[in-house]
Amino acid sequence: MSAAAAVAHPPRRSVRIGWGFYDAAVLTWRNVLRNLRNPTFLLTEVLVVPILFTVLFAYVFGGAIHTPGVSYVDFLMPGVFIQTALVGSINGAVALADDLQKGLMDRFRSLPIAYWAVPVARVVADLAFDAIGLGIMIAVGYAIGFRFHGTALANAGAVGLVLLFGFAVACLGTVLGAALRTPAAVQGAGGLVIFPLMFASSVFVPVQTMPWWLRAVVQRSPVTYAADGVRHLGLGAAGAAESVTMAVVWAVGIAAICIPLAAYLFRRLTR
Amino acid sequence: MYSDLVRSTTEADAGVAVVVEDLRRSFGSTKALDGVSMSIPCGTVLAVLGPNGAGKTTLFRILATLLPAGGGRAVVAGHDVAREPHAVRSVIGLTGQFAAVDEQLTGRENLRLVGRLSHLGERVARRRADQLLELVGLTEVAGRPVRTYSGGMRRRVDIAAGLVAAPSVLFLDEPTTGLDPRGRLDVWALIGDLVGQGTTLLLTTQYLDEADRLADRIVVLDQGRVVAEGSSDELKRKVGGEVLELTLADRAAVPEAMRATQDLAAGDGRPDGNRLSIPVTAASGTVVRAVRALDAAGVEVTDIALRRPTLDDVFLSLTARPASKEAA
Repeated sequence: MSAAAAVAHPPRRSVRIGWGFYDAAVLTWRNVLRNLRNPTFLLTEVLVVPILFTVLFAYVFGGAIHTPGVSYVDFLMPGVFIQTALVGSINGAVALADDLQKGLMDRFRSLPIAYWAVPVARVVADLAFDAIGLGIMIAVGYAIGFRFHGTALANAGAVGLVLLFGFAVACLGTVLGAALRTPAAVQGAGGLVIFPLMFASSVFVPVQTMPWWLRAVVQRSPVTYAADGVRHLGLGAAGAAESVTMAVVWAVGIAAICIPLAAYLFRRLTR
Repeated sequence: MYSDLVRSTTEADAGVAVVVEDLRRSFGSTKALDGVSMSIPCGTVLAVLGPNGAGKTTLFRILATLLPAGGGRAVVAGHDVAREPHAVRSVIGLTGQFAAVDEQLTGRENLRLVGRLSHLGERVARRRADQLLELVGLTEVAGRPVRTYSGGMRRRVDIAAGLVAAPSVLFLDEPTTGLDPRGRLDVWALIGDLVGQGTTLLLTTQYLDEADRLADRIVVLDQGRVVAEGSSDELKRKVGGEVLELTLADRAAVPEAMRATQDLAAGDGRPDGNRLSIPVTAASGTVVRAVRALDAAGVEVTDIALRRPTLDDVFLSLTARPASKEAA
């Protein structure tokens, strides 16, 4: 009977910080599980799209793209890593908007959880899929001739920089999802932002051949800094310092703006 | 058997589970709630009845702490929804159009998720999920993703999710809207069980028969105001018992038919093309008297019937507008 009594009167349900971390962990598990259960998501976003882009650029466009000093595959893969993180952040934003639209967010909000647990879980789950996606793309890269050429530390730094960039854009995606609130709007706005960012950058091609006015913008794009930073570290090339520093500054800057913004948006949602 | 699944609210604060006083909320220039007051004694069921756009969902969201009120006060199980939202969240259960379950997760995973987020602890969350699956009759399909469930099964998972934390007050927002008759009966049976165990229930619905069947008291909401309150019998009495429905051969004869049946009518007749609905007091011989009166007036009638009042009739008599014509 004591078991039944325990059920009838659930134990304390306080709002301590510890519960907030617990809530975030539970919700992260749910986000990950939900993605794993969604075969279209796994196939298209984690496998097909990045592999398609890799093959397309490595074999179709690659022959026509001149990258002095490095093989095109070595040039391309760091860009693809960044692209994967960028696309992943939009998927996270879409999933968040989907929760908002379908009423799952209302379910969560009607429970005594910490308001920040939902966005934190979103970002952590995004980061987990960034890591999985990165692992897959490194394997794909190795299969088609890509190699890390840096020291062990520099190579680890390259992986770390991809994840840091992934973290920053996941924060951005969380703000986007919470602000726009419908998957269609997020999808639309995401495409509008991501495609110019992705192609007007050094992700797929060297910037040297671009006209001066475009180069002026592209060279200052966070995506270019991130792709170049990963490239310099992974290829063991000289001149890593500037791009890596700028990539880190951008990533930290984006996160520093987006985290309070996300907190504000979610706080407003849960009040 | 399930007595441990629901916390009886009879011992709660002063015997009143929900108090709403002069609650207001506007969206732009639209007054969604325009001074609503009501109370729900512990262990009773209150149905909020109203057409789309009446303010039901707004009221519901404010009580569930999902939306701030624009004015007035709401207290749930002794906690003010504006000042102690967290305390309110820990004593309510929510089920409805907008508090969903995850389609990709299984029924069991959904209930465990809610249990964990209610801070029941892993062991209790697991056991409770299994108990509730049994209660709502979904044990067999507990391992299947919710997206494979029928509408009625989904709704039952949803209701179970609302019950995970053994709430003192359960909010059910249109629990049977969109269900087929079989699904409705299942959900009604489940709600009947819960009510039998003394759960305090706030239920919104568009269906008079649903309120009739489940609720102790009914509040009729229209355009953000309470237009009537009482038991279902009291409300029906206001409507005037029964409705005489006439189909005339010629729509031009409608005014003539209204005049002819004036003595029988308990309220204003409602014409609709060549048809006419007239509220009448329940009495034997009504149809015969109507036929005679119409015949004497020379009105040709192709069909005549006497029926029980519907939500449309309640609304007509209370608001002079048909419920179904309301905008969302």
